Amino acid sequence: MALGRRQFFKLCTAGAAAATSVSLGFAPAVANASQSRQYKLLRAKETRNNCTYCSVGCGILMYSLGDGAKNAKARIFHIEGDPDHPVSRGSLCPKGAGLVDYIHSEQRLLYPEYRAPGSDTWQRISWDHAIERIARLMKDDRDANFIEKNAKGVTVNRWLSTGMLCSSAASSETGSLDQRFTRALGILGTDSQARVCHAPTVSALAPTFGRGAMTNNWVDIKNANVVLIMGGNPAEAHPVGFKWVIEAKIRNGAKVIVVDPRFNRSASVADLYSPIRAGSDITFLMGVVNYLISHDRIQHEYVRAYTNASLIVRSDYSFDDGLFSGYDAGTRRYDRSSWAYELDEQGFAKRDMSLSHPRCVYNLLKQHVSRYTPERVNELCGTPKDDFLQICEILASTSAPDKTATFLYALGWTHHTTGAQMIRGSGMIQLLLGNIGMAGGGVNALRGHSNIQGYTDLGLLSQRLPGYMNLPSDNQTSVETYLKETTPSAQLPGQVNYYQHTPKFFISLMKSLWGDQATRENNWGFDWLPKWDDSYDVLNYSNRMYEGKVNGYIAQGFNPIAAFPDKNKAAEALAKLKFLVIIDPLATETSSFWQNHGESNDVDPAAIQTEVFRLPSSCFAEENGSIVNSSRWLQWHWAGAAPPGEAWHDGKILGHLFMKLRELYRREGGVCPEPVLNMAWDYKNPYDPEPEEVAKESNGYALADLHDDKGNLVLRKGQLLDNFAQLRDDGSTACFNWVFAGSWTEAGNQMARRDNADSGLGCTPGWAWAWPQNRRILYNRASADPQGKAWDPKRQIIAWDGSRWAGSDVPDYPVTAAPGSDVNPFIMLPEGVGRLFSVGAMNDGPFPEHYEPIESPLVSNPLHPNVSKSPTARLYESDRARMGSREEFPYVATTYSITELFRHWTKHSRLNAIIQPEQFIEIGEVLAKEKGIVQGDLVRVTTKRGYIKAKAVVTKRVQRLEVAGQMVDTIGIPCHWGFEGATRKGFLANTLTPGVGDSNTNTPEYKAFLVNVEKA
Amino acid sequence: MSLQSQDIIRRSATNAFTPAPRARDHQAEVAKLIDVSICIGCKACQVACNEWNDLRDEVGHNVGVYDNPADLTPDTWTLMRFDEHQDENGKLEWLIRKDGCMHCADPGCLKACPQPGAIIQYANGIVDFQSEHCIGCGYCVAGCPFDVPRISKKDNKAYKCTLCVDRVTVGQEPACVKTCPTGAINFGSKADMLVQAEERVSELQGRGFAGAGIYDPQAVGGTHVFYVLQHADKPQLYHKLNPDPRISSAIEGWKGWLKPVAAAAFFATLAGTVFHYIGVGPNEVEEDEKETQV
Repeated sequence: MALGRRQFFKLCTAGAAAATSVSLGFAPAVANASQSRQYKLLRAKETRNNCTYCSVGCGILMYSLGDGAKNAKARIFHIEGDPDHPVSRGSLCPKGAGLVDYIHSEQRLLYPEYRAPGSDTWQRISWDHAIERIARLMKDDRDANFIEKNAKGVTVNRWLSTGMLCSSAASSETGSLDQRFTRALGILGTDSQARVCHAPTVSALAPTFGRGAMTNNWVDIKNANVVLIMGGNPAEAHPVGFKWVIEAKIRNGAKVIVVDPRFNRSASVADLYSPIRAGSDITFLMGVVNYLISHDRIQHEYVRAYTNASLIVRSDYSFDDGLFSGYDAGTRRYDRSSWAYELDEQGFAKRDMSLSHPRCVYNLLKQHVSRYTPERVNELCGTPKDDFLQICEILASTSAPDKTATFLYALGWTHHTTGAQMIRGSGMIQLLLGNIGMAGGGVNALRGHSNIQGYTDLGLLSQRLPGYMNLPSDNQTSVETYLKETTPSAQLPGQVNYYQHTPKFFISLMKSLWGDQATRENNWGFDWLPKWDDSYDVLNYSNRMYEGKVNGYIAQGFNPIAAFPDKNKAAEALAKLKFLVIIDPLATETSSFWQNHGESNDVDPAAIQTEVFRLPSSCFAEENGSIVNSSRWLQWHWAGAAPPGEAWHDGKILGHLFMKLRELYRREGGVCPEPVLNMAWDYKNPYDPEPEEVAKESNGYALADLHDDKGNLVLRKGQLLDNFAQLRDDGSTACFNWVFAGSWTEAGNQMARRDNADSGLGCTPGWAWAWPQNRRILYNRASADPQGKAWDPKRQIIAWDGSRWAGSDVPDYPVTAAPGSDVNPFIMLPEGVGRLFSVGAMNDGPFPEHYEPIESPLVSNPLHPNVSKSPTARLYESDRARMGSREEFPYVATTYSITELFRHWTKHSRLNAIIQPEQFIEIGEVLAKEKGIVQGDLVRVTTKRGYIKAKAVVTKRVQRLEVAGQMVDTIGIPCHWGFEGATRKGFLANTLTPGVGDSNTNTPEYKAFLVNVEKA
Repeated sequence: MSLQSQDIIRRSATNAFTPAPRARDHQAEVAKLIDVSICIGCKACQVACNEWNDLRDEVGHNVGVYDNPADLTPDTWTLMRFDEHQDENGKLEWLIRKDGCMHCADPGCLKACPQPGAIIQYANGIVDFQSEHCIGCGYCVAGCPFDVPRISKKDNKAYKCTLCVDRVTVGQEPACVKTCPTGAINFGSKADMLVQAEERVSELQGRGFAGAGIYDPQAVGGTHVFYVLQHADKPQLYHKLNPDPRISSAIEGWKGWLKPVAAAAFFATLAGTVFHYIGVGPNEVEEDEKETQV
């Protein structure tokens, strides 16, 4: 069609008119009405569970497809916070908010796989094949290497050539099965994440207060007047628990103080931040003690009545030039006999209530800390003196009876060769200030994994049994010696000394372990427990592996090459195994340690002869069970879907493996089959134990009708125990974990309780169940003075009503012990008082003393140059050779977690990968400038043990500090990426960390070591 | 009183003479209060937003800062912005602001949008993009004084925070609000949120933040997402937060006062044409035109 000029104009005009009229709003009505997105949860099935990541234990609501009808296959498509949960109140941190992408991660394992020796590929196998082959390898190794008697002829029944790592994110019911499985086989090389995490907490807090756990609870933080965050970073590691710090701050006017090598997210909302050199915390803490004593800013009445300040120490105790009395340089160990009280004729500790005796604990402490002056703190920590004094003054203000400070710490204290003593230091300050047992007070260990508290309670550590009992050593040759050595006697008259009941706990455990097979005649099956001769902790065991002494290893929900220090050594160690079994929901770096991933895992698969099995397990969302949060709450959770693909529940995997081993022993015989055959495994379906039946076993049963001392019937045979006071040492009760007694009683599953009513001060006794005996604030008798009057009426937790103690919380005290009685409040300790002086409980001294990290930037320790570093830290020769010098590696490095990611786990979740996609390190502006490093540059961080490459975040938040006359720079190394996952590929940060651990627990020194940094 | 209103009070490119529903007028406006002073920048809000809205952005790169992704995108509707600020006394502050749609009372995006019904505003104040109507022209991007909307390369449509209108409609708070660990994000009626914000400001002033205040810019009619800032006197410290956000004068002109003028001009031209036709008759086509047609 041809268009004339005029027609063209007409057309244009008409078009313009139409467009104008539309744009002016004369458009015809739109047919489809505007509509926002449909609400997607209507009638979806809602299942209650708890977040699987950290120990805050937030409540979650999982929404799955279908309304629960049998014909609909549930698939979880959305997760949000449970608003009823007393701690989380509907909140979830970025990790919890992204849980749905962990459940559906592309790295979820869906069927069993096998990697043949020297192969570079996985092959899919059946469960039958996997179980058959693993059981065969295990039995052959056990039969070949099992040790029935040691050189002295003592029955030890241990199997050292195969070990097992257990998962602190699995439920306690899985943990109970782990304990049965490993001990039945005689395995000693067993540990859980607690070893690389909070083991020093138990070692420090138990001897100080009686129990090795967080003293208060998450919500109680809101009652504090001062919050000291040091050795931890809850805004990043426990964001939802941190809610209660903010609550204290904005509703209670609390001052929030952060002391950390790095200005972190906790510092971003603190009132006061002060830097400290990584690894120097004891100096700071003893400096505070010195300040409080020298300025007389302590809670006098509390210190006198409730601490061991007045107890008199033996005259042969001494401390000189960095060493306590009793040191043996040859064994690098102390003879601790002089670190004890002077006893009177009845065997009780001597006491001087006037605190004037020169050898009373108070005066020894005063003398010990007098060296830690503010100048010394500034010199060793690099903390500005004014900051330090200001912090001392703020803390000192809580020595008033109506003021409290809470201390929040985590791995920033545990990950040092002196880790346990740092925690001790904080406990001592809190005792001096009268802040233990008080609402808004306490030493609050913020535990790591969601059930690491539970795995600690269950004793999944190389030398432990459930309920904080020790596994017998091979020096404890009979049940009598074992019980005699582990049962304390009271050290002051009239004390509860609750551990006097240890025989009841132990024999009830033996009845639970061996059932009818445990009799008085066979010493309750004592011989069947493996006896240790050494600590087979992860550093020890990995070193044994490295030396070729280990053949088999099972890693259940544990990623050792990511989690162990010195990844290159750990990977070399794994390569020496004959077989490795991975039980995990996800594809971990450990499972593919034999694969070449370029620079980040540069290995030759053909040279690695380890057989590897990868068994897919369920995750939290697909199981029923309980986990224990940091506040010791046992919370029950429910499955929202079935495990994906061919994945099995952990219990089913262990059940099949154990039943197969048992079948082999029955059929073929073998070495020491008794414990394998006698271990109680009496489940309805032994191949697939139900969590409910395992949980009841943890609580324990009456095995006969139980009567009290007046002859009244307490429980009938077969009934669940009400609490641990019902335990007997005559074999008439069975209890797998005495601290859990009361968690599932005849009244039902106490862990599943959901009454969130506040009984006062934020206490919610009707929510879930807390060990011990549902107490929410430990040592709460110390919240009142000896005459029973609350130190602070606004903070009254319990009160004496004329005949009993009662209140908003369950009294942590004999309820009928009247005010003014001799019964002291720390009922788990034999003297009943909090310990400023830890007597012989610690390997490295009754008082904390500052020693430099094994890799230190200083020439020597100015306090005692002859003993610069921990004189008791264990260091293997192979590790010693891998330590770097300050000349070669001039910068201090510290590893940590950041908010967006949880260890090496959330990198498998796409939602979390999006918000922190790529590995980085943090470096201060001054050093970066000197090194020519700018924001976003790729840098290479090196230690004697290896290197990583990462992006540089150049920041004002990491400062250069002046320490002992030299400038010290810190490199911050977040620990989250690896060569598997949804994030960009990275290096395992533990390539850098040194293989040496805390003197008491061998928890590795991840927090202070030396590196070099260069532009890559 | 209802806060969940689905009544649409404004609709892009729609004649203002068409009245919005008015009968159900016992309705209140909602607001999200972001208290920057207690935000720890954990990004839970980012994740909860992505999770609820079924968004999965690319796994990007670290470019030397904590901000990830580096900017708002069609798949990232809210983003934490981190700034290190050292004051005159050397005191370091890590200022962290949650960025995203402010849900202006007078939304520049809606004003600029030429596509009928592609952007709507509900009676409770929520400004929502209706993707099925979006033509991807990008006018909303130009119209936004906070640089929030982003056009997706996948479908050429504009995206931004909906203030979880689907949740608010059934009486729930937005996903980011619910998840916030420290309580830095709150949700309620605008009136209640203002009271709460005032309390926060006085608490902050009591702690020595003399410049603490509320950021609820009136030039856009106030916003349904607003901030409490420690330094409300210097909003630009918070990743260049605009101290005086305004809808661009071009949009204001074109969609504001120019609109009636244009309408008048249009009608005048139309009337002139009609009158010319009646009075003078149609223009005659002349010969030379016909010739050229050959």
